[in-house]
Amino acid sequence: MRLLLGSLFALAVAAIVGLGATYLALTRGAAFSALSIGSWTARPKTGTIDADPYARATIARTGQLPIALGDGVSFTAQADDNGKLLDGRCDVVLSGVTPAARFWTLTLYNADGELVANSVNRYGFTSQEIVRRADGSFEIVVAPRANPGNWLPTGGVERYALVLRFYDTAVGVSTKAGREVPMPAINARSCP
Amino acid sequence: MIRWLLLFFGGALLGGIVHLATVIIMPRTATQDAYSRLARLAPVNTVTALPAPTPENAAMPFMDPAFASAVCRYDLSEGPLKLTVPVSLAYTSVSFYTRYDVAYYAINDRAAGRRVIELDLMTAEQRNQMPEEEDVTAADRLIVESPTRTGLIAIRALAPEPGLVPMAQNTIAAAQCKLADEQKPSR
Repeated sequence: MRLLLGSLFALAVAAIVGLGATYLALTRGAAFSALSIGSWTARPKTGTIDADPYARATIARTGQLPIALGDGVSFTAQADDNGKLLDGRCDVVLSGVTPAARFWTLTLYNADGELVANSVNRYGFTSQEIVRRADGSFEIVVAPRANPGNWLPTGGVERYALVLRFYDTAVGVSTKAGREVPMPAINARSCP
Repeated sequence: MIRWLLLFFGGALLGGIVHLATVIIMPRTATQDAYSRLARLAPVNTVTALPAPTPENAAMPFMDPAFASAVCRYDLSEGPLKLTVPVSLAYTSVSFYTRYDVAYYAINDRAAGRRVIELDLMTAEQRNQMPEEEDVTAADRLIVESPTRTGLIAIRALAPEPGLVPMAQNTIAAAQCKLADEQKPSR
């Protein structure tokens, strides 16, 4: 009886530890070789045949097709530069310049990777649509209500993620975070 | 007490094995991965245009709304595949994925250096069976080797501004993927 109870206990621990660790790793996005610049994180290796098992499992779980490295690189931000999670009820300003690329796109998704409905049907910007200052830098306001300039509506959702994708770029597996890869800063301006 | 502690550590150790095993098995058992989602929409060995993603409806999560996209779900068991994609004015790319959604190759319009991206897709085995002389004349023929027999090709054209969406869609509509043998008699 003691043997039976003992083995049941050990198996229960194994199931909880094993499945729990898998669940956490796949929902929190554990993957090796992440490239973090400011609040932005990219995993260039996920877009290659050398993708690690965690990246492969995450791809299978979310159901997305990752950007292939020969195509581009995708950076995700879920928090602003102060580490506060992005909130669709606040005004958030993206400002600065981007690394060299032929085109880039900025898109706003909810936590499930879906586009967020809004009154003007704008889900993002491409590098050609942006109004820039004379020095080439730009400012994008991500806010629930209309703003002058480049306004990206949040639709008032509680949590969202910004995805900045660079197409035909030199940013890749060998890129190190630093001065050669300038990414736009993310700052919360006002929060009701 | 010691007995229970030992059982706990034994269980935790076993848990580590369970964790690694589930992570590795995950891609093979997933029913909502990109390939399975697209298998419902896209017939095999032809190009299927995907509807533009909207908040209510998207073929896959995290699709880039600035692109017009299409997929070709391939199966190489009946022979190599021939892919032709005309190049749009802005940016066009073709990415290749295995059955388990891992990208193994991608090419864009600039890397192709022509107005049409032309590729032959085959397995390593089919490439080895190719006649020698054909390999020699194929100097400017782009051959891509697929690590798996089935997989996905994603064809995407960028519309840099909303007014250019029809142009991007036309590019995608003109893309073709066919079994190489089927094409021979007509040419």
